Amino acid sequence: MELIPSILFLQSILAATWRMATPILYAAVGEVFSEKAGVINIGLEGVMLIGAFSAYSVAFESGSLWLGLLAAILAGILSGLIFAFFTITIKANQIVVGAAFNMIGMGITGFLYRSMYSVSAVPLGLKTFQSVEIPFLSSIPFFGEVLFKHNIMVYGTLLVVPLATFVLYKTAFGLSIRAVGEHPKAADTVGVNVFRMRYLSVMIGTALAAVGGAFLVLAYADQFVEGVVSGRGFIALAVVVFGRWKPWGAFWSSLLFGIFYALQLRIQTMPDVNIPYQFLQALPYLATLLVLVGFNKRRVQAPKTLGVPYK
Amino acid sequence: MDFVSIKKRLLKFSRSAWTPFAAIPIALGIGAIVLLISGYDPIQAYAAMWQGAFKDRTAITEVLIKATPLIFIGAGLAVAFRCSIWNIGAEGQFYAGAVAATAVGIYLGDLPRFLLVPMVLIAGASSGALWGMLAAFLKNRFGANEVVTTIMLNYIAIFITGWLVTGPMIETAGLFAQTAKISQNAWLWRFLPPTRLHTGFILALVLAIVLYIIIFKTSLGYTIRAVGINPDAARYAGINVKRKVLLAMAISGGAAGLGGAVEVAAISYRLYQLISPGYGFDGIAVSLLVNNNPLGVIFSGILFGALRSGAEVMQMNAKVPSVLVFLIQGLVVLSVVAFGVYSYVSKEKEE
Repeated sequence: MELIPSILFLQSILAATWRMATPILYAAVGEVFSEKAGVINIGLEGVMLIGAFSAYSVAFESGSLWLGLLAAILAGILSGLIFAFFTITIKANQIVVGAAFNMIGMGITGFLYRSMYSVSAVPLGLKTFQSVEIPFLSSIPFFGEVLFKHNIMVYGTLLVVPLATFVLYKTAFGLSIRAVGEHPKAADTVGVNVFRMRYLSVMIGTALAAVGGAFLVLAYADQFVEGVVSGRGFIALAVVVFGRWKPWGAFWSSLLFGIFYALQLRIQTMPDVNIPYQFLQALPYLATLLVLVGFNKRRVQAPKTLGVPYK
Repeated sequence: MDFVSIKKRLLKFSRSAWTPFAAIPIALGIGAIVLLISGYDPIQAYAAMWQGAFKDRTAITEVLIKATPLIFIGAGLAVAFRCSIWNIGAEGQFYAGAVAATAVGIYLGDLPRFLLVPMVLIAGASSGALWGMLAAFLKNRFGANEVVTTIMLNYIAIFITGWLVTGPMIETAGLFAQTAKISQNAWLWRFLPPTRLHTGFILALVLAIVLYIIIFKTSLGYTIRAVGINPDAARYAGINVKRKVLLAMAISGGAAGLGGAVEVAAISYRLYQLISPGYGFDGIAVSLLVNNNPLGVIFSGILFGALRSGAEVMQMNAKVPSVLVFLIQGLVVLSVVAFGVYSYVSKEKEE
């Protein structure tokens, strides 16, 4: 490849990377809260679908993307409340409840979508969040394109990740969250309400997962399709492990997955490449597998009571 | 056996036995509310569903045909779940089985029937077993969480299938994304013409019974369940936990793969991209509903077969989207959970 085209190629991949990483990142940062408190939610995929559908339908009916985002957050909180009720109050197996959530998410969003929009006469597209070019910075060659021409929800990750880090590591609230995941009994003894902390962490987690789902319809594609999340919720679970249960860790590792998505999409559009497209589509999932295999020594850092209810 | 332990056993049995009967009405009830809110008539919808599933002999055999893959998958998952291996990958293992069965059915099509049919089934079962054992290996060797790996392996199996049916294995006419038909010598017997009911259904029943016996009546099954209840205690008692994990995944994946092979050899006669409309995920609910008891899976498999079969008619006649079934299945699982079957507290009380 010539120098200029290959730089352009790299630029287009990297510019797409952050965008592709964003939905996974929101979900993963949320799941960090949940898992830090000792609750694993494999129902992220279903919650993201619920977020995506709520965001789409409210944004479509009201004409406001921000109302759509708000609806997704509320739907996420509600999903989290139900998930927490079953896993924390009833103390049901978290994997079983998560699996049920994935079915419910797929069923309810598919059902509502088909009943509400499948025979619609009006066009169903939204006017999505547009790219905001940062003055001056966006005109820097290469970096301007890669870093400073994104939509607001992509930039939002730069707010959420430091905020999550601050809350988890610099506040009493965050200390309590981590304590109930590591030593719930000790936390209980010193007066931390274990149930309340876990409820809140789960709900923060599902709210952010719903935001990740909302991104897909408000700032990426412009409408809902069934199964739009297509495994990103599960990939977010792997990202949490790979990111060592830390928000910044989740940030970097979801960027890694973003590269695979971006590469896959970019190569598919190249006419002179003869790799079957199914192999390219499989790339992010294969990468997840390899990452789980290659970096599991870090498993030590998993919260101690992950998956175990508190009496 | 003293009185207390008899009473305990009876209580335990009654709870796991009546739970499905309570869970299903609850799930259908919530489903009815969703239908009402969305402007459908739930009575009409459920009536259409019932009609679709049970109106005549053909409808009933179609339910059993739909139940067949669910019984294969559910019975296998029951073994994995009893071992506390959360195999979400039955879908991929089903595909792995279907791919191998199709390959044998096409490329060894000249073999006589008495050889080819068993070979197709064995190919399906072993291919599914290997796909499942891959996840077990990754768990044992690298500590990779099987929930995530099995899901990733689902996607990969489905993409490989997509590639095969559009590329190397595409039918000679090349019109559709599907393989050629498998040799007639590989077809399973449809023993109740004109219906499509086939010997694969009988095989599913046999497998469920065999797995029930293995899990509850043999020492091997006992050790698998011991690992499921408390792996640390099992290890301390001298059980090779990793080996049981591998075995449970092999059984689970093998059963799903066998289901895939039967689907090809008895119903579709060929492979295409969407050969499973999500059987692997339905199978999870099928197993959880009956507290991971392979015998119970026969019941819940037929129930979910009826739901699926009925939902298609519901979509046609009452214009209600059939994806509603996923919602009902998820609600069934949640209702079962709500009765405490999977709660840590009740488990401790039993012990």
